Parts: sequence; structure tokens; C-alpha cells
Amino acid sequence: MALDEGLKSELQKQGIFVLPFEQIYNWGRKSSIWPLQFGLACCAIEMIASAASRYDLARFGAEVFRATPRQADLMIVAGTVTKKMAPQVVRLYNQMPEPKYCIAMGACAISGGPFKDGYNVLKGIDRYIPVDVHIPGCPPRPEALIHAIMTLQRKIANQHLDKENRPRWYNQQSETEFPIPSYGEHDLLPPVNPKVWHPPRNYRDVTLDEVRKT
Amino acid sequence: MIQPLAEPGRYTLTAGPIGRADARPSGEGLIETQKLEVSIGPQHPSTHGVFRMDCVLDGETVIALKPVMGYLHRNHEQLAERMAWLGSMPYTDRLDYFNSMTNNWAYALAVERLAGIKVPDRAEYIRVIMSELTRILNHSCVIGFMLQDLGAWGTPLLYAFRERERILDLFEAVSGSRMMCNYMRFGGVRVDMTPKDLAAANDIVARFPRFLDEFEKLLTTNEVLLARTQRIGILPKELAINAGISGPMARASGVEYDVRKIDRYGVYGRFDFRVPVGDVGDVYDRYYVRVLEMRQSINILQQALRDIPAGPHIAPEVKLRNFKIPPGDGYGRIEAPKGELGFYLVSDEGGKQPYRYHVRPPSFINLTTLEDMCLGHKVADVVIVLGSIDIVLGEVDR
Amino acid sequence: MEGIEKIKEVAALAVPGAQIEIVNSTPAAQQPALLVNREHVHAVAKFFKEDPRFQMDFCSCVTGVDYLPKADKPGFIEVVYHLYSVAQRQGPIVLKVRAPRELDSCRVPSLTPLWRGCEFQEREAYDLYGVKFDGHPDLRRILMWDEFTDHPMRKDYAPPADYEWEPTPHDDTLQRSAQAGGIVPPTAIQELEKARKK
Repeated sequence: MALDEGLKSELQKQGIFVLPFEQIYNWGRKSSIWPLQFGLACCAIEMIASAASRYDLARFGAEVFRATPRQADLMIVAGTVTKKMAPQVVRLYNQMPEPKYCIAMGACAISGGPFKDGYNVLKGIDRYIPVDVHIPGCPPRPEALIHAIMTLQRKIANQHLDKENRPRWYNQQSETEFPIPSYGEHDLLPPVNPKVWHPPRNYRDVTLDEVRKT
Repeated sequence: MIQPLAEPGRYTLTAGPIGRADARPSGEGLIETQKLEVSIGPQHPSTHGVFRMDCVLDGETVIALKPVMGYLHRNHEQLAERMAWLGSMPYTDRLDYFNSMTNNWAYALAVERLAGIKVPDRAEYIRVIMSELTRILNHSCVIGFMLQDLGAWGTPLLYAFRERERILDLFEAVSGSRMMCNYMRFGGVRVDMTPKDLAAANDIVARFPRFLDEFEKLLTTNEVLLARTQRIGILPKELAINAGISGPMARASGVEYDVRKIDRYGVYGRFDFRVPVGDVGDVYDRYYVRVLEMRQSINILQQALRDIPAGPHIAPEVKLRNFKIPPGDGYGRIEAPKGELGFYLVSDEGGKQPYRYHVRPPSFINLTTLEDMCLGHKVADVVIVLGSIDIVLGEVDR
Repeated sequence: MEGIEKIKEVAALAVPGAQIEIVNSTPAAQQPALLVNREHVHAVAKFFKEDPRFQMDFCSCVTGVDYLPKADKPGFIEVVYHLYSVAQRQGPIVLKVRAPRELDSCRVPSLTPLWRGCEFQEREAYDLYGVKFDGHPDLRRILMWDEFTDHPMRKDYAPPADYEWEPTPHDDTLQRSAQAGGIVPPTAIQELEKARKK
């Protein structure tokens, strides 16, 4: 697709833009991400604050927070996910239509946070559903949430339609619905979804080069 | 889980007793309807958090309602049993995550009462300033949330959040964090307020009455608000006292009980302020009691900012490292914006960690009468009644 | 309000047969409690609620506390009630009731018929401690899900093994963790080698 740069700029001066199709496709998708109105705990207040007038999130395309998952693109899991709530979170994620993304906001959604050793606390929502962006903080500032939305926008822009990281619904084999855990006698069953979450590797096997690459 | 219904039979719409869960179907009637079970929550657009209500409806009228909670149960009390006394101070921020300063004060007060620590005057005044700022922040946003549930999609809420951001800037300057301040310590506060902070507080207090006037002009005589909130969710006075209801919800029902006036904790005995008390106990009264309380808080703030003395900001004799309390138990409570927030602490021998740490959460206990208030009303009113109770799930579930 | 001795005398007179003891707190706290036996706690509470000298119409806080058995004393679960009076602006009166720790005999009369405010808090004590309240209108779990079988706030509760969190994994937890590819601290490597050699 090597178009002559001179030709490109000449066309631009006439008001004609030449772009690959996926750029327009992804530009439309990333500029209008509608989140699901789904706050669990304290991070929800910072999410509301970032949607309020001072740190306006609507500038970035998150114009309305939809109340129903059927009309939302993005689920911002803001707050601690407890084991009692986890089946409902997975159910909501399943009900969202593709393309769907998930942001884990706050330390609790990433890994359980300050409440990690709790009998009712799920140690991170990425045990059951795939998460695209993690935001550390307790609670993260509204600017951090805006940065996460921008990171997600960059990620969407990088989802080339013909490469490995293409959107999930173009991949015939990948799953869009995840199994919902059920309430057991002592814990959720199953405690993790092995296809989505892998326990951390033995730290002695991780080399320094690998760390530098990520 | 919802209780099994007594009789899943058909229910006829006659002039019979609608609104009682034990209403029996009569022999003949005009129209046959069926009971409908609806589970409102745990994810619903009313932003009070993950709370579920199992309603049984006859058409749109509520016949029974059972609240289900525990979706945010983070075993805060068990965590506190493993940590040192001071270590659970950041966790108290996350109880009522909307007002972190008052949670901190309640815990610090309970420990100080148990250990017999005397707090210097300047620290007490700073605590009062922070607490009253939290109160006006909370009441204005709660009214905003309630109006969002009523259908005024976000406009009053954004007005309230504008004021909240100003106060959060002050909290960030003083304690380092917008929301989870972790500011109070046993014997005082963590850092002192600089003259710049006091000037910022004065500025907030000077601007707030104008915002409140604007807010009131839009809302208090608004005919939609009046039509939708008067005579809805009435809580009688005797039931309020018997059910342990506290805070603006009890005062709207006519219960003249404000822990600031009864216990006179801190230096509240020195301030001249009045306690607004309602008479009917419906949703409108709860809204208006909060508006009046905001005005009284401005009053207290003006007096506190005028009279704040110089001095240490924390009691110098308290050793926070290896802090121990002799064996015993005690209960300390304050008037949080939501109601009476209390901490029951038990110290066993050893004394470096609490043996038992229990939070008396106002939102949890204020939910006891939710069913009584909603019976006979429509589904849309349930959301408004819940909004007027003013719950925060971090506190309900701990 | 009068001193705790006087209150105890008055209550003991009003409710014959009740065994009431005074439990002291720290000297600074000034909140002594009345320990009442299980059979008479309902009558004593009713006396405090209705007697015109006290009029304790507001039950503020209900707490369950788990005391493990020690060398000389058996363990018990204690339920603590804090009562205040709105009409007379006095309080608190602290009532304590004890029940044995075994699940089938851990029963205490419920004070919900007297004060509606105890309803949710007693349900919470049942959920987290296993104390059954006789006479409670709706005793079921409130914070944990209904299929849960343990009582988590008891001191001898063991949470489900989750090898990601284990700070010092050993024995079979260590085996499971190593098989699943989890983090294995260096000190535990030798233990694994020894177990493998055996």
C-alpha cells in the first residue's frame, strides 16, 4: 500500500484523504465507546467524578453510560468484586454484544486490592473474564481513568483486521461467552477460569530480558 | 433469596386490602392479575452500589420487598482483627467511601475513649471543620443522586459535584488524597492545616450559601419534586426509634436526636447550631432536612474557622508505634452524615491488635424499614425511597 | 443515669431469678456491662425498655464476639447489645449474653420482638458466628450467599486454600502450587526436592 507521499499531500490539499479501511473502521469504534454504568465500590465514585463536569469523560467519546449491558461497549469494573457478586459480573459481560472491552479499575478489580485475603473477595476480575486495561490506584484519580480510556483507544486502533490481535468476533475459534461460576459451600465453583487466568509463573524462570521486553 | 410466596394463586383486584403481604384473594372480582416477582439489582442505574431488592408486585404496586445485601462484603472486621490498631485506619476510609473523614473520626474516637487519650483543642477544631465539610459534601451529592433517580438526569448531580470537587481539592491539599484521606490519628490529626488551607476553607464556606440558594430555588418548590416525593415513604416516629433509625432519616420523622447534641463529643458543645426536625417523615422531609442541615453546617464551619486556636495538632504523649490498649471493651459513636456511626472495640490481653472490631453502620440499620416504607407504593417510588434513605454499600456490607 | 451497681440492683429486683453480673471495661472507657444469663435476658431487656426510669427505646448496636477456649475457661460466643434512650437522652446500657460455641447448642433468645433495629444485626451475627436467635422473625443469611456453610468470623475459621496467596506454602499446598506453576519461594525448593526423593 505504498502510496506516493507527494500524491497523498496533493490529494489532501484537494480534500481527498486516502486511508486503509481499518483505520476508519477503528476510528469509528474507538471514538464512541459507551461504558456500562456499573460501579461496585469506591472507584465508582471516581468514575462518576470523571464523568462529571470537571474531568469530562464525554470528550473522549464516552457520551452516555448505558444502564443495560445490551447497549454498552465497555465494562469498567470499578471496585471490589466479591465472590457473591462475581457470577453477576460474568453474566453481565456475557450479555454485552461484541465488540466488548473490559477495564479493571482500581487495585481491587485487578487483584483483590487491600481486601485480598478475604473469604468473600475475588482476587481480581481477570480470574473469569479477559481484561484489556488495568488501572492501578486506590482509587485511581479521574485523570488515570481518562488515561486508561485513551490507552484502550490506542489498543483498538491497533487491532488490525487481518492480524493476530484482530477483534474477537472475527476469530471463529475464540469465545465470547464465559462460563458463570456458581455458589459452592465454601467458595465459588470453579474458583478460576483456567482458560482466562494463569497463575503467576515461577519467578526464578523469568529472565531479565523478558522483563525488559514488556 | 426471596421467601417462597404463601400462595402462588391468582389475585383479584377488588377494594380489598392491597398493600399487605398477607392479603388473601377474594372469591369474585373484576380483573384477575398475577403477582410478579422482580429483582431490582444488583446492577441498576441507581448509583447506590450493588444492592438488590426482591419485590413482589401486583401490577405496579409493591406487595412485599426483601432487601438482599452482601454483594460488597469485604470482611473488613476480620481484616482489622489481624492488623495493629492504627493499621485499620485506612480501611475505615473505605467503609462509607463517600465520606472518609467522618469514618476516620469515629474510629479514632472509639479508640481514644477506650484508651483515655485527650485530644488537643486545635485538632478538635480541625476535626470539626473536616467533618462539617464532609457533611455538606454528602448531603448535596445525596440530593443530586436522589434527583437523578427521580428522572432529573444528572443536572443537580453535576451542580453538587462541582461543589464537591472544590472540597476535595482542600482534602487533597491537607491529607494527600481526594477521597481516602486517612487523616485522623489517635490523639489528633496527621498533619496540621496551613493558613493557606484555612483560607481555602474560608473561601468554600463563603461561596457555598450562594450555591445552596441556587439549588433550593431550583428544587424546593419544584412541582415535580413535590408531586413525586410528598406522602411517599412515610416513616412513623415510633417505628423510627424502635428500628434504630438515626441521622437525617430519623430527624425527618420527628425524632429529635442528634449525637452531636446528645454526646457533645469533640468540641461540639461550644458551637451554637440548631437541629432541623421534620414532621411527616416522607421523602420530601428527608430532602428538606438535609438542606437545612447543610445551612447549619455552614453555621458551624463559620464559627469553627473563626475560633480555631493555635496549638499541637496531635496529642504529644501518644506513642503510635506499638500502640497498645489495656483489656476491655467500649463503644464510641459520632453523628456521621448518614446517621449514627459507631465502633465497638474489644481489646484482649496483649492489646496490639483489636480482639473484636465491629462497625455499627447507619446505612445497614436504616434499611430495616425499607419494606414498611415501600408497601403500597409503585415501583418507581421504591427507587426514590431508597435514594432518600441514603445508603452506601461499603457501609452496609462492610 | 445512676451507677452500674444501682442499675444491676434494680434489674435484679424487677426480674426475679435473673443472674446479672457486672463486667468492667478499661478504667478510661467508663462503660461497664451487665452480663445476663440466657434464660432471663429477654425479661431484663424488656424491663429496661419499659421502666419509666430508663425507657431504653433505641437499640443501637448488636455485636457477636467469639472467645476461644483457654486453659482454664471454656470458650463462648457473646452477643453484646448497646441500648440508648431517646426519650430521656441517656445511655448506654450494655447487655451481654453468652452461648456455648458448639453449633447445635449456640442459641440465644432474640430481642427483635422488643426492638426492630436488632433484626438485621442479629441476622448478621447468625451468618458470621452461627448464633441462632430464638424468636427472630426471619433468621437467614444476610451477607454471605445462602449455599455457604461456614461461619467465617469465628476465630477458628480456615479460608479455602488459594495457592496464589499462600505466604509460606508447605506440604500438599506446595505440591499443588508447584504443579500448577505457581510462585515457589527458594526455601521451599529444598522441601520439594526432599519430597520428590522420598
